[in-house]
Amino acid sequence: MKENIIALKNLPIGRTAKIKYLSSVGAIRRRMLDLGLISGTVVEAMHKSPSGDPTAYNIRGAVIALRSEEAGKILVELN
Amino acid sequence: MGLTNQSTGSSLLGNNIVIDRTSCHGSIIALSGNPNVGKSTVFNSLTGLNQHTGNWPGKTVTACCGKYRYKNNNFILVDIPGTYSLMANSAEEEIARDFVCFENPDATVVVTDATCLERNLNLVLQTIEITKKVVVCVNLIDEAERKKIRIDCKKLFDRLGVPVVATNARSRRGLDELTDAVYNIALGLVRTNPLEIRYDETIEQAIELVRPIIWEITGGKINDRWVSLKLLDEDASMLESLNKFLGFNIMDYPMLRQNLNKARQHLEQNGIHPDQLRDRIVSRIINISEEICRDAVSFGNKQYDLTDRKIDSILTSKIFGIPVMLALLAVIFWLTIAGANYPSELLANLLFGFEDLLTDIFVALNVPGWIHGVLITGTYRTLAWVVSVMLPPMAIFFPLFTLLEDLGYLPRVAFNLDNFFKKACAHGKQALTMCMGFGCNAAGVIGCRIIDSPRERLIAAITNTFVPCNGRFPTLIALSAIFIGGGIAKGAFRSLVSTFSLTVIVLLGIIITLVVSKILSKTILKGLPSAFTLELPPYRKPQVVRIIVRSILDRTIFVLGRAIAVAAPAGLIIWVMANVHVGGSSILTHTAGFLDPFGKLLGMDGYIILAFVLGLPANEIVLPIIIMSYMASGSLIEFSEIEHLRQLLVSNGWTWLTGICVMLFSLLHFPCATTLWTIRKETQSMKWTLVSFAVPTIVGIIVCFIIANTARLFGLV
Repeated sequence: MKENIIALKNLPIGRTAKIKYLSSVGAIRRRMLDLGLISGTVVEAMHKSPSGDPTAYNIRGAVIALRSEEAGKILVELN
Repeated sequence: MGLTNQSTGSSLLGNNIVIDRTSCHGSIIALSGNPNVGKSTVFNSLTGLNQHTGNWPGKTVTACCGKYRYKNNNFILVDIPGTYSLMANSAEEEIARDFVCFENPDATVVVTDATCLERNLNLVLQTIEITKKVVVCVNLIDEAERKKIRIDCKKLFDRLGVPVVATNARSRRGLDELTDAVYNIALGLVRTNPLEIRYDETIEQAIELVRPIIWEITGGKINDRWVSLKLLDEDASMLESLNKFLGFNIMDYPMLRQNLNKARQHLEQNGIHPDQLRDRIVSRIINISEEICRDAVSFGNKQYDLTDRKIDSILTSKIFGIPVMLALLAVIFWLTIAGANYPSELLANLLFGFEDLLTDIFVALNVPGWIHGVLITGTYRTLAWVVSVMLPPMAIFFPLFTLLEDLGYLPRVAFNLDNFFKKACAHGKQALTMCMGFGCNAAGVIGCRIIDSPRERLIAAITNTFVPCNGRFPTLIALSAIFIGGGIAKGAFRSLVSTFSLTVIVLLGIIITLVVSKILSKTILKGLPSAFTLELPPYRKPQVVRIIVRSILDRTIFVLGRAIAVAAPAGLIIWVMANVHVGGSSILTHTAGFLDPFGKLLGMDGYIILAFVLGLPANEIVLPIIIMSYMASGSLIEFSEIEHLRQLLVSNGWTWLTGICVMLFSLLHFPCATTLWTIRKETQSMKWTLVSFAVPTIVGIIVCFIIANTARLFGLV
């Protein structure tokens, strides 16, 4: 795996990255797709909740909170 | 939340939207849109029907209909659930899809958020894939302008091929244009030419293998291209709805089965496996949205969301997030407690003054004493007490709480607390349903529909009663003022102490919710937390005046209605129980005597337990029943001051421990009848209704038993 490809949950706050691959399946995958998380989508990690999880991401102009379980199944490429 | 009839449980609507076309004359207009785009505001502005709106995702948990007239035509506006998609990932999306597709509305208005148009176009494109009769409403245009986001509606129209109207429903901007566009579409005066979404060549070939057969079978009653695509995608819920609509199983046609297989093989041979088809469909739609927005939307200020980011960096920060949340809650309680004193006194004087007048009239008319007893000392006094003590705190609490909701703060609460819910194997949105529970637990239970996973929805419904609803707040406030605030403090300081104890009680409710959720997840509702996605909508300027007027009016009417419906007959029953004597003492005394040992075990007494049991229809009447029971005459005393209440309770053996145990049991006991009935309706199961009854009661008994006996053991009372 290339150096600059990481799981979305490890994306540092304030950084943006491009979606490379969704490994979730079934209903969760469909939910992610609905949010506009397809290959090539640019996302930004905005802020974490007080206890560190979930994290809010800027996805296509909307602020969406994802738990680390979901964000761990999304691979992104650092910009 | 919890401010309208709809959310206070007096009009609990069903799940399916069924419009009887024979009984209503007019065009049927579906109002769809993503959650939190001001859809309900559009609905209210058009119909004048006062449906409550809130700035958090998924507020419209049930459908609402309203009528309006335009150019001598009747329009029936159906507010369908807010969804991000029509691909039926949840019950709400299914309802939305089925309505747009199978109810065949005369027009579908898709309300979109101008500040976040690209994502909203996903739903627009999915809708125009089903029906041609679409009007796109680009709402919140003022907010977009403030953020220097420019939207070219002409270009949008050119690309989408359906009318596009920019609106700001709050200020009625653009609504005339919208009604006109809807009129033209619904009456067929304007034909649209919607953009056809075309997929990869392979997918198109597969669609063409199936489409002609669908057309033949359905006789053009339905969009054959869309149905073909969904059948290829093996969308089981769509197939079920389709068969219901057609009245037969479309899969009974061998020709269709054959060609579907052929089409799927074709897809496979060209490298599109079943699970990849959905990805391709979604990706295609998202790419088109992206492309359209690149053309029609421009950002004058790349930092348009800077203010929101700054606010969020405080309200959800590691250090301030949770303290700020608790402080906000405490401030609301303090304003409620401190502010309710004076109006409560005023109302009490007024209503009890009126009682004297009524008594004089009864005396003048020579009405027998027992009739006066039943009607005035029994029924009227209970009514007057409930209204004067319950109404002012509600009239202050609810506008304040709605203000937070309108600002968009509540999703941040869910965001801050999610990790705790995750650890309890529950859903983060449970925090939102708990917020609704502050208004009314029945509303909170209905609100649980925003949680997709059935297991987590049940947990949220069962534990909702651990949030004190408006019927219990005044009891908690009064008791904390007497036994905690009153004991050690006087004046303004007293309300601060009451505020503190109330905040602690609510916090305790939250902790118990989490603990019980965890226990349920490990026992009768085993399972892992499901996927969680939560939108944090932009902060919005609240409509202060509207909130105040609406919540006070709605609440007042509801409280008065419920007081008359429940408190009055309860007052009557208690009066009768206290005044009918069997074997030397009243029925009330007999019953209370029977319950007394149990009550004592829990730090209370028989009268209190009886009051909780009799208070099943509504929690508002628990304290009035206790007071009435203590009065020898079995009717309520007149008291304008909390000191009178204190004296009465203390002379009947109450200590601070009794006060605390009553407060705890008030927080932790069976839900009221309305809530139970709602749980029965929502879960369709007697078993879960009984569980919802038993779980909080058992928790309450355990907690009160431990507190009472520990205190006694250490000789604290």
